[in-house]
Amino acid sequence: MSDVSYIRRPNRLLQIYACIFLIVLYVPVLFIPLFSFNDSIYVRFPLQGFTTNWYADLMRRDPLWAALMNSLRVGLSVAVISTFLGVLAARAITRYRLAGQNALVAFIMLPLVIPGIIFGVALLVLMSRMGVPLSLYTVALGHLIVCLPFAVATLLPRFEGFDRSMEEASADLGENPWWTFWRVTFPIVYPGVVASFLLTFTISFDEFIMAFFLSSTDATLPMYIWSQLRFPREFPSVLALSSIILLVSFALVFLALRIGRLGSVRKPGAGSNGAD
Amino acid sequence: MTSTDAFIAIREVEKFYGSFQAIANVSMDIRHGEFFSLLGASGCGKTTLLRMLAGFESASSGEICIDGQPMSEVPPYLRPVNMVFQNYAIFPHLNVRDNIAYGLRRLRLPRSKRHEMVEEILDLVKLPGYGDRRANELSGGQRQRVALARALILRPKVLLLDEPLGALDKQLREQMQVELRRLQRSVGITFVFVTHDQEEALTLSDRIAVMAGGRVLQVDTPSRLYEAPRSREVANFIGTMNFLGARVVSRANGHLRLDIEALGQLDLPAGGTPLSEGDRTCVAIRPEKITLHKDRPGGDAPALSGTLEMTTYLGERSHFHVRVPGCDNSFSVSAQNNTIQGGEGQASGRPVWLTWRDDALFVLGKD
Repeated sequence: MSDVSYIRRPNRLLQIYACIFLIVLYVPVLFIPLFSFNDSIYVRFPLQGFTTNWYADLMRRDPLWAALMNSLRVGLSVAVISTFLGVLAARAITRYRLAGQNALVAFIMLPLVIPGIIFGVALLVLMSRMGVPLSLYTVALGHLIVCLPFAVATLLPRFEGFDRSMEEASADLGENPWWTFWRVTFPIVYPGVVASFLLTFTISFDEFIMAFFLSSTDATLPMYIWSQLRFPREFPSVLALSSIILLVSFALVFLALRIGRLGSVRKPGAGSNGAD
Repeated sequence: MTSTDAFIAIREVEKFYGSFQAIANVSMDIRHGEFFSLLGASGCGKTTLLRMLAGFESASSGEICIDGQPMSEVPPYLRPVNMVFQNYAIFPHLNVRDNIAYGLRRLRLPRSKRHEMVEEILDLVKLPGYGDRRANELSGGQRQRVALARALILRPKVLLLDEPLGALDKQLREQMQVELRRLQRSVGITFVFVTHDQEEALTLSDRIAVMAGGRVLQVDTPSRLYEAPRSREVANFIGTMNFLGARVVSRANGHLRLDIEALGQLDLPAGGTPLSEGDRTCVAIRPEKITLHKDRPGGDAPALSGTLEMTTYLGERSHFHVRVPGCDNSFSVSAQNNTIQGGEGQASGRPVWLTWRDDALFVLGKD
């Protein structure tokens, strides 16, 4: 025991707590893929046998593929736009001394804590008042509001760590602002940009409430799943679809976090006790 | 100084941040191939002036010319100057070679030529074989060399250095001082060097501009600044100085007759001072130009008597504080420890006598 420092001493109680925490968090989720391979339309134990029929069944559903394409289109547009706006916001916040800066940041982050249902209703009222027909565009607009705070929250630390003298050094070495952005600014903040893109895409792709209020006949994927829940016979296919979405979402978020951490783990300098 | 000397001409430059005046009417000339330092405490405007030369700040009024070209409309990326930043600003996403070759892109050189230039400059800054290292694998001294190489490879007309040695430890700093000087001689580029370290400025520079409060107090060679500072501020900033209050009794033939506290009336050369009869001023003497005697010295040379207040032992030197009746401040006296045997034997409170050569005492400008 004595060779382990105080802070690193193993704590059995804490380990058990952590295990229970993870089990409670993820076991319900794990039931979804489990039953998606079950050869029965009823979700109950005991399991009836292994099948991939539900997955094969998905391939034959045209409305599902249409919904998937809708979700991808909305997700990609929202990811691009919110990341772009996030870059501008993060740069403005870190680069310039703005009047009421803290209030501004709080204001940008506010949608994180406002319930989606309130935003959904508010936007629906606004759209109908303005006579804007509901479509995938209105869904994208709703998603943009949900995603922007996430984009800013992901990008802000990147830009905060950005040393302004880097851009000055580039200008000093003869590059104009355009080339400076592409040769210095962008490569340094790029992990944050990718992370923001993946995160906002995932959020938009999975989002239900906004889509519920703001979509018309073009369903997004979560809307499609919702519509299928009314038919018990379709349920195993929904489970199969959910499993796929789970897997892809996990992969994307993991990738986003992984890339976001790239570069920031590098130490800023290796001290000055010269090796020369 | 003739106008042909002015490789960099700074003419009546002022800079305001809101109502705060960062630079107050600065005019000076920097010669071609010179190692020129801007010396001053933090906040004196030296970095602002350097950043104006680089083009990162614009002057509120006045003009800066480099090699005859007015610079006010020229953006930083078109100026014939390069800078070594205080934190070196090494690009973290590039390795050493790409960092150094960064500014070569516009020259559209063939790859092999570019490579060759990088290797050459790496040799010059004594980092051969470091091309593939990343910025975070370098020590402070190595980062500094990369920053130097990156700026020098473009053969700028002027190299600007913003306290480049500030982040290094003492030993490395002294080593880099020697190398900077060597490098500057070998490339023959004009260096403008910002520092708050007076010793560093004295060691490196051909000439130094001492700045305070946005003004330039004096531009001179290191030895002239040390031996003949023109004002109390400069004298105080560079080294230690003893001051004695004085009043001008009369002025004739380039000499001043002064009534000096504790010393009485003395004649001193007026130098370039604009003093006239009745003016209050100061005379000054460096601590190491005073000789301390334990016994009353013989002869009729002027000697001040006083009491020893405190002794500080500094290894090769000792520092003595001597109180002299009639003086407001105690005298600072510095002596090599070969002339006085050890500092410890000097009991405080004992009487001592101070003497100096006539030319060690000089008069400063108006207060």
